[in-house]
Formats: sequence, structure tokens, C-alpha cells
Amino acid sequence: MKYFRSHILIETDEASVQQGAREVMNALKQELAKHNLDQEVNVLETGSLGFFERGVCIAVYPDDVIYGNVKVEDVSSLVSEHFLKGRPLTHLVIERSEKKNIPLGYDKRIVLENSGNIDPEEINDYLGVGGYLAWEKALLEMKPEDIVQTVKDSGLRGRGGAGFPAGIKWSFTSPIKGVQKYVVINADEGEPGTFKDRLIMEGDPHKLLEGTMIASLAVGATKAYIYIRGEYKLCINRLQRAIDQAYEYGLLGKNILESGFDLDIEIETGAGAYICGEETALIESMEGNRGIPRTKPPYPGVKGFMQNPTVVNNVETIANVPAIINKGADWYRNIGTAESPGTKVYTILGDVAVPGLCEVPMGTTLRTIINTYGGGMKKGSRFKSALVGGAAGIFLGDNMLDVKMDFHNLAEYKAVLGSGAILVINDSVNIVDMLESVIKFFRHESCGKCVPCRNGNEQLYKSVRKIKAGYAGEDELDKMLLIADTMQKTSFCALGQSLLLPVKSALDMFKDDFLSYINKKKAINK
Amino acid sequence: MYQEILKKYEPTKDNLIYILHDIQDNDPQHYVSESAVQSVSEYLRIPVNHIYGVLTFYTMYSTTPRGKNVIRLCESPPCYLRGSDNILAKLKNTLGIKTGETTSDGLFTLELCACLGLCGNAPVMMINDDFYGDLTDDKIDQIIHNIREAK
Repeated sequence: MKYFRSHILIETDEASVQQGAREVMNALKQELAKHNLDQEVNVLETGSLGFFERGVCIAVYPDDVIYGNVKVEDVSSLVSEHFLKGRPLTHLVIERSEKKNIPLGYDKRIVLENSGNIDPEEINDYLGVGGYLAWEKALLEMKPEDIVQTVKDSGLRGRGGAGFPAGIKWSFTSPIKGVQKYVVINADEGEPGTFKDRLIMEGDPHKLLEGTMIASLAVGATKAYIYIRGEYKLCINRLQRAIDQAYEYGLLGKNILESGFDLDIEIETGAGAYICGEETALIESMEGNRGIPRTKPPYPGVKGFMQNPTVVNNVETIANVPAIINKGADWYRNIGTAESPGTKVYTILGDVAVPGLCEVPMGTTLRTIINTYGGGMKKGSRFKSALVGGAAGIFLGDNMLDVKMDFHNLAEYKAVLGSGAILVINDSVNIVDMLESVIKFFRHESCGKCVPCRNGNEQLYKSVRKIKAGYAGEDELDKMLLIADTMQKTSFCALGQSLLLPVKSALDMFKDDFLSYINKKKAINK
Repeated sequence: MYQEILKKYEPTKDNLIYILHDIQDNDPQHYVSESAVQSVSEYLRIPVNHIYGVLTFYTMYSTTPRGKNVIRLCESPPCYLRGSDNILAKLKNTLGIKTGETTSDGLFTLELCACLGLCGNAPVMMINDDFYGDLTDDKIDQIIHNIREAK
């Protein structure tokens, strides 16, 4: 094996690529070659390093220096300073103290442990950090029912939003005999403010594959699909590459590792519909139909894709599985809270100093997440609210900053963890404007199957426009609540049912914002 | 003319989504034409109305011709919070078209879309397969200028 004295890891997730990561990478390679350093310094692509709004970031190991805002024109001085003269190019270094303030939290990470540390396009990197050991263990040492039991014991809950225990989901499908079964990975990430699945797939695609393999073995599926939204081109390319490599290494295909088990994994792409995140709508889409949810029961676990038993799991859920198999259910149970074990990946956005992602144990408070991992509020802005859980989430006020973030504790506040998006809103923003944007989203994404959702969203949108235009009285607020409540009780699927959360929380916590619109117009009319 | 694309796929209905993607990606006007729908219908032996049902359901497809560069600006809450409505006004102004329209030179179509998953760089838009983030008025001028120059 070739020995390199230094490794440069350059992040090439979508966000960095659009800021010129590829150009920087090519310039680096050329510059290194110019100084005959290309045999000494290795340039590798990796997933997000976890810094946002810092342009293209690169990390140099073993020196452990991270540079931010690297541009093509900086490359020649960077190479001559760092690699020829051996001193960091100070003005681009992301300060140590700053890094301390914003911990990357690798010690607590499970699903993102390798993201930013390995080359996601290289299976040997994944193998080098203990990858596919869990797959080997599951395949050669465990019976399918043991795998299901281990995941059940671990208490792993679905990370797509609903929080259904993964092991129990598998236990419905696992005992069914004599039919073709399927595993489908839901990577149709579309919840506004959420991009955790994208980061997992771009940063460590092999981990998702390994989890998918174990899930397929556990439920007895010989065919698995990863359904990725059509816009995530980089994810699609990286995963396809990972799948090709896994076949090449004999980790997929026929009679894997001479165990007698066959498995094929294929990528399916979506075409832009939020509703396809709902598992039965996703299956409809895979069959070549409009993505409209099916009647449940029968649940997909019994009758899913092509009317055969199908287990549908979210990307983050499945990415937890290899660690659980490797380290055991008890280890997993010790992380997080009793009702919600494990970690959760959050995306922290909006008016925080350092927008980005973090993976922290379940039960970490919202205050800690915003202040420690988001770097606190942006300079000169004050906290007003956080929209937690995506568009189908709730507006939390500052009195709820100390709520522990997990399925159980949030439920007590009638809130949801959802997809883990945290959108921080400053006090200059009127919540009615945000709510309008939320309703507009659902109005567009409603599939039109059932009346409460199709019509309710339209009426809610009209109400909020009316309020903003100043034509509404206070009675409009009661009307909105009544509509949202009816939608929650009568809509066919979770899409229509979830509007109550943002509408009710906005009305409960920020009624003054509504009144300011209503009264402003009143004052003019007088 | 669509046989080249069609014969890459097994003639089963579950391939419909991919076939439509493939046809649209290979069309210079980024849309699925009536004659394409007819060919797909014959190949997969499914009714034309089913195909139109699918085409009009998913936002990535278009049944009308679009410009050479399809701009899709995100209007979801995280981008809205960071001023996507100002960027929309700027785009309309710069291009002289409304949402859903195509410029007379056939170079740009302006569309709105839901979350693209790059909220760390809000406001965000896509032009064909490329992402553009942290948008400002100046950046819009520059991006549009560069594309116009490059034609």
C-alpha cells in the first residue's frame, strides 16, 4: 500500500459543491503535482465536515487543521505555506477556540461517526473503520429472529417522524413465509428544513447499505430498494457507486459470503412529491402510479410493494442498525432516554450563529442544541420561536427551551420530534408570515385524495391571507383552529392531520402576532 | 424517436417514473410531449390518461415546453425566513417573466418548488441539475449574466 505523509479531506456534499468544492479540489491536485507533492499528499473527497456558511472546508490530517472559505485562488498559497513550509495558512484556519465552542461531537455520534472522516466513494475506507463487520456477524452468526429480537431490545424507534419501534415493525414481516418480501429505504426526504438523510447518504453511503442488508436478512427479503428523491443527484451517484463496490466485494448478490442468502439492492428515484414520504404513497410511486396513500390496514408489512410484504424504514433508522448489531442492544439502550434510546440527528437552521447539523443523544434540551451546537443566536438577534420537527412541527416559545428533545417528552407538550429540523426564528419575524409559508407548503403538497386535506389547506390559506390583508376579525382565528382540528380528526393520512400542530401552536403562543395584523387594519379603518 | 430510451427498460408499469425522467432529461425543452406520452402508452400498454395523471402529480415533470434553463426557487419556510420572496421578486424583475413563464428567448423558465434540502445555505435555487445557495440580488445578477454569456 502506498504511504502518504498527509491526507487532505475535502468536503464534497451538495452545499460545498455549489460553492466550488470540485474546482478547489482540482486546483489542489494540480498545485500539489506542480510541486511534486502528489505522491506524498493524498486528496480525498468526504462528506460534510459540519460547518455551514463557511464556504468550502477542507481538513488536513494528521495535522488536524481545518480550513474554511477556501477558494481556488487560495490554493497556491495554501500548498506553499502548509505543505512546503509546514505552517498553517492562518487566515483561513477555522480557529481552535471556535471549534471548541461548536463541538463536532464525534464521540457521541452513531450514524454520522464516519461522515467527514472517510472517503464515502471508497469501500476500503469503510472497511478500514470496521465497516461490514455487523453484516458479517448477522449473516454468519445470527438467526433472522435473533436480529429482530436485538433491534426490538435496543428500543430503536423510527426516525422518519412517527417514532414507531423498528424491531416491532420487522416482527410483523419476518414470520411470513413463502412469498417474495421487500425492504424499502425511505430516502424521499422532503420535510422543509431537513437534510439529515442527504448528509448520511453523501457522507457514509456504505453504512446505509450495511443497515439495509441486515434489515433484509432479518425480515427475509431478497430484494431491497432505496427510494431517493430525484433532486438528490449526488446521493444517487454515491449510493450507486457504493452498491457496485459491495457487489464487487461479494457483499451483495447470490450466496453472500457462502451463507446461502441472496440479496439485491436497487435505487429508485422519486419525481418531486412530499407525500411520497408516506410509506404507502411511496409504494404507489414505486409501482408507477400517482403517489396517493393507500388504506391501512393492510399495512405494508403484510401487503406492500406489488401486494407483497414490505418493510419501509427511514434512512437514519437503518443507519443505526449496524452499530446495534456490533455492540448489542444494552449498549444502545444506555444512550439517550429510557423511552427513546440512541441519538438523533438535528439540522439547526435560521437565525443561529452557525447553522448546521449535530448528532446528540435523545433527551438533549433544545437550549443546549441551539446554544452549543448552533453557536447561539445570530449577532444582534433575539430568540422568538423555534419551529421544531419541520413544517409539520410546532412553534415552540422561549418558555419551552428546556424541553428534552425525545419522542416521549415532546409528546407531553403535544409536540413532535418529526424529522429533527429546528428552524430558529428571531423576534423581528411575525409568526403569521411563517405560518403562511407553512400552509402554502401543505396546500401545494396535498395529494388531493381526501376532502379535509385538499379543501382544508385551501381554506386555511385563504384565512391567513385574509388576516394579513386586514380583512379578518378575531373570529377568523377560531375558524382556523376549527378547520385544522377537523383536518386532524378526519384526514386520510398524516399530511392533513399534521396541520393542527403548527396552526394551534402559533395561535396559542403567538396570538399577539395575529392580533397585530387584525388591529393594524382596524386602526386604519377607524 | 423515443424507442432508443424505451428499449432500455422492461415494459412494466413500475418503470414509468424512470422512463418519464429519462425522456424529459433528454428533451432540449425539458418536458414530456404528447407524442412521447403516446409512445410510452403503447410500449407499457397503459392508458394515456394514467400517464398524464402521473405527469401532472409530480412537480419535477412538465407537460409544456420549458426554457433551456429551468430555475426552481425554494419557497419553503427555511428559505422564506431568509428572504426567498425578495429573491423571487429579483428573479422576476431580472428575467421579465412571472412564475411558471419562459423568457421569449427560450433561455429561462421560472418555477417555485418545495424544500431542496440545502437549508444551511438558504435561500436556495436549482438551475437544471445545479444548486445555487446563499442567494443575494448581486449573486442572481451574476448567475443569470454568466448563463446568458455562456449560451
